[in-house]
Amino acid sequence: MTAAATADLKEMLAALREVRGDAVVVTTMAAEREWLKMSRHARDFFYMPSSMGQAPALGLGLALARPEVNVVVINGDGCMLMNLGSLVTIADAGPRNYRLIVVNNGVYEVTGKQPTAGAGRVDYAALARAAGFAVARRYEDVTDWRNDARWFMECPGPAFAEWVVRPTPSGSLHVIHPGPMHEQIRRLRESLGIAGTD
Amino acid sequence: MIGGEELVGWLERCGVTHLVWLPDSELGQWEGALVGSDQVRLIRACREGEAIAIAAGLWLGGAHPVVAIQCTGFFEAGDAIRNVVYDLGVPLFMLVGYRNYDARDRATGDSAPRFFEPILKAWKLPYRVIEPDDGIEAIAAFYEQLRAQNQAGVAALAERRL
Repeated sequence: MTAAATADLKEMLAALREVRGDAVVVTTMAAEREWLKMSRHARDFFYMPSSMGQAPALGLGLALARPEVNVVVINGDGCMLMNLGSLVTIADAGPRNYRLIVVNNGVYEVTGKQPTAGAGRVDYAALARAAGFAVARRYEDVTDWRNDARWFMECPGPAFAEWVVRPTPSGSLHVIHPGPMHEQIRRLRESLGIAGTD
Repeated sequence: MIGGEELVGWLERCGVTHLVWLPDSELGQWEGALVGSDQVRLIRACREGEAIAIAAGLWLGGAHPVVAIQCTGFFEAGDAIRNVVYDLGVPLFMLVGYRNYDARDRATGDSAPRFFEPILKAWKLPYRVIEPDDGIEAIAAFYEQLRAQNQAGVAALAERRL
């Protein structure tokens, strides 16, 4: 992984949006910022404010609680590095309805594009495969991802996709706030048929 | 120390669906009973912060999780607890091993017991110390109290061994 990444995060997300169906989509960091601009679904969970690194674990809980619902977590590479052990936890629990995407842009985008440790060298799909994910693939091109996206959403999980993308230009980092967390939680739980504080 | 069968019986009566844990040497004695339960699924985390986030996701999805970790793991999980309890508002119930409880008020080679209750207070988390002789009823009463108030809290299980 030495050549400069060329894939565009927005295009990768747009291809996912076409096939998400009624899946729960948990987003963090760059993916959250861009997903907010293109999707407002009751089952979108914009994990903000977050505990950085915990989105894959939170999505695992959702997937285990609702095995009939597809759960997709879109995580940053910096977030993934904070909690690599969660790959093992997820594979051990083994939910077939769980899908984890790591956006590998090689930088901490929101803090000014400082490189992540191992940027350009870490193979996240290989890490997921070694941890025991049923499926783990790496995408550097939107066409390849678009061709696989529906299969990725339907294959028996836990499934993992690494998107190697270029960082978003600094002028396009405007963040839309997803609104109060308690409203997001209420919408999500209602969409899952959960009443009140049950 | 509460036995595994006793604990699992209580979890089942309460409708707890998942126990997410990273055991210490005392909590670890529950393993056999937990694995044997057909009502409570045991989820093994690699790090305590993860256990907190998994439990939050379970609650978001309508399940009824409980977390079991040691106080040293509670220290590690600080940011996840802050986020889950205060940002997300999850009424998370945690069973936390209070390592070397008898040394909490004196200087020993183990600093963990000295800091556990001050940190619980700093996080403004309701907690109750469960002495070895208290039995499962003490945990059950605290759990019911927190549930009635839709509040997160910690049952701090006094451990006499390191």
